[in-house]
Amino acid sequence: MKFYLKKLLTLLLTMVLVSLMAFAAFNLIPGDPAQLILGTQATPAALAELHQKLGLDKSMPERYAGWLWSLLHGDMGTSLQYSRPVAELIGSRLPVTAALALLALLMIFTVSVPVGVLTAQKRGTPLGRLLDSVTMLNISMPGFFLGILFIWVFGLVLRFFSPGGYVSWEDDPAGFLRYMIFPSLAVALPNIAVSSKFLRSALVEESHADYVRTAVSKGLSRHIILYRHMLKNALIPFLTLSGMMVAEIFSGSILIEQVFGIPGVGRLLISSILSRDFPLLESLVVYIAFLVVLANFAADLLLQAADPRIRVKP
Amino acid sequence: MNKNFIRKIVSAVAAAAILLPLAACGSGGGESSSSSSAQSSQPSGGEFVFGMQTQPDHLDPFLATTADTRSILFNLFEGLVKPDKDGNLIPAVAESCTMSDDALSYTFKIRKGIKFHNGKDVTAEDVKYSLDTAAGLSGGKALVADLTNMKSVEINDASTVTLHLKQADYEFLPYLTCAIIPKDYKEQDTHPIGTGPFEFESYTPQQSLVLKKNPDYWQKDLPKLDKVTFKLETDSNALLMDLQGGSVDGASIANNVASQVGKGFQLIQSNSNSVQLLGLNNAKKPFDNVKVRQAVSYAISPDEIISTVNDGKAVRAGTPVIPGLKKYFDSGLTHAYDQNTEKAKQLLSEAGYANGFAMTITVPSNYTVHVDTAQVIVSELKKAGITAQIKQVDFATWLSETYTQRNYEATIISVDGTTLSPRSYLGRYVSGASNNFVNYKSGEFDSVYKQAENEPSEDKRVQLYKQAQEILSKDAASVYIQDIANLNVLKDGLSGFTPYPLYVFDASVIQRTK
Repeated sequence: MKFYLKKLLTLLLTMVLVSLMAFAAFNLIPGDPAQLILGTQATPAALAELHQKLGLDKSMPERYAGWLWSLLHGDMGTSLQYSRPVAELIGSRLPVTAALALLALLMIFTVSVPVGVLTAQKRGTPLGRLLDSVTMLNISMPGFFLGILFIWVFGLVLRFFSPGGYVSWEDDPAGFLRYMIFPSLAVALPNIAVSSKFLRSALVEESHADYVRTAVSKGLSRHIILYRHMLKNALIPFLTLSGMMVAEIFSGSILIEQVFGIPGVGRLLISSILSRDFPLLESLVVYIAFLVVLANFAADLLLQAADPRIRVKP
Repeated sequence: MNKNFIRKIVSAVAAAAILLPLAACGSGGGESSSSSSAQSSQPSGGEFVFGMQTQPDHLDPFLATTADTRSILFNLFEGLVKPDKDGNLIPAVAESCTMSDDALSYTFKIRKGIKFHNGKDVTAEDVKYSLDTAAGLSGGKALVADLTNMKSVEINDASTVTLHLKQADYEFLPYLTCAIIPKDYKEQDTHPIGTGPFEFESYTPQQSLVLKKNPDYWQKDLPKLDKVTFKLETDSNALLMDLQGGSVDGASIANNVASQVGKGFQLIQSNSNSVQLLGLNNAKKPFDNVKVRQAVSYAISPDEIISTVNDGKAVRAGTPVIPGLKKYFDSGLTHAYDQNTEKAKQLLSEAGYANGFAMTITVPSNYTVHVDTAQVIVSELKKAGITAQIKQVDFATWLSETYTQRNYEATIISVDGTTLSPRSYLGRYVSGASNNFVNYKSGEFDSVYKQAENEPSEDKRVQLYKQAQEILSKDAASVYIQDIANLNVLKDGLSGFTPYPLYVFDASVIQRTK
């Protein structure tokens, strides 16, 4: 119980620190949201009035405290750029990003484990070498580049989907999947490559362990050794990696959403930075920090459950 | 000017009066004053998706400021008068206008039967409410800076209002394109209601803004389309992909991707109605010296910039007034500074910079065209002995540091106007003007500009505005390079795109021909 309480406190502290740093950083860089809203036609009077209206005339600590206070009361504030509640903006985008991330995660777990096992089994053979090169290629190609490639091949040439287009799940579930499949693949592929390579080396390492030698000498079949013993052990470090990967999937989808023109949280984040939309930006930063910390927390718990030898020291 | 002014209004009213009954009879043959197409008898309707790169900042017409937002809202809102494609003002919510001889009051008769999108008739109260709100006469602050000269709005009868000004202004009409909205309606920012050819349907930030046909629109043959969707995209390349992939029917695109559009599209070139300038900070050394500014002007070749950066798709400027504002644009100044490196060097040595000097050009990095222009300028300045370096900043930084705080040496930006008045472009050079970001100061310019503002005769006023441009040119207040072409792409089978001398996109005249 004490362990969970500590974890929860760390989670809260991380979120507050991250939001404080983001707030400070975006206040240090030049650029005034009111000026951006009014543009080159702004008059000093209009600017002053807008500052007042948006609460930008207050000092930075005051604004931060105000934002934090409202957040604790369940109010994320109002976007400066869209003059709409931040909660509504994020709420409408969350399902899109979540769908993208879930699809990507699903692809990663279903593909990387068999590929990892296969490359470990076939290492040294022509098939193993081919798989290794494909993996290397996928690791070295960033997701956004794959995204551009997909748009070109599947969007413009094969006309499988129309680039820049999007339909919501409610309107057309099949269409939604058609628009999401390539972006998720672009997010998933580099991660599949990394995790299968990781699993491969873990398996190779395990194969030199004493218990494997014992199992072989006992006459157990290669199949049983691999799936009953080695894979179980090799998956433990793989779980730790998964926790970190979730964070990467979310940051990766920011770029991918931009490339494919998908209206998810990532696109909202980029526009909030460019428009110095502090309330929106802050809430998004906290949301992402929350996800990352939470994913790592979940990985820790899984790890503990999977391997009793691991004791998280209080 | 008085006569001309009245004549313009009268003829427009007459034209509308003749055409309206025709259209109402269902002949469909009447061509509206802003329609450029002769195919109105053809059935049109349908949907149209137009791609845009930027986001609307507000849907409330009094709060909206960015050029792109104004461009969209042009389809939803109308003022007492509205601009047409030739730069004239035509009656819109008003059906006629008379100005008092002393130019202190303007009287408007409200068009009969004109309705808001909520189905209610436009009344004199609505007009008073709109103008009072915009000018800050009902307690709040002025929302539309151009209307600060308004003193009061008087309701004469149910369909006539008179506007009183604090100071005589013979040229107040262009500001009355300011939107007329329903009285006490508080949801303009989420569900805007106006009198324009299209009604608001929905807005999803970063995705789309959807408008549908206003069936009660006063120009009976407009709009041609049933539905218009503005698809909000991230950048020029995304738009290009949308076009090629078929998710949009048309788009406003950047010069540098124009050649990649491909078959099945029409490329429509018009003016952007902004003047790209190399802004020189007149308050900073060495640009406080007129000879240095002239030398810089002589060192640069706008033609070279037009051909290399814009593939020839631009019009040379020479003054801050857009070439499209033909009456006021002083075309004689276009070649006032043809490139002459020798003369530039001579002027520099006269100014005490025989060995040249070093300078920094600050450019907003999101505008590729300005960054590219800066590169050409750097190489041209080098020939005259000036070493320039480029500093790229993001637009938010540019706005606060360069534009507002005026903390820069030289910068490149395109400046546009909000109305059809030359004041939109020249007013910022008045010594104390808050938007005088090049810090230009000239008693001579100030007095000529003031004279122009108060001149009742239109001919004389035009002369004075031209004189003001000559002063700016003589003082080389900045280097006025070009009006970069505005490129729009339409899918084949669509027609009617009409360029305006203002930054607006008129969706009402677009129609499907196939």
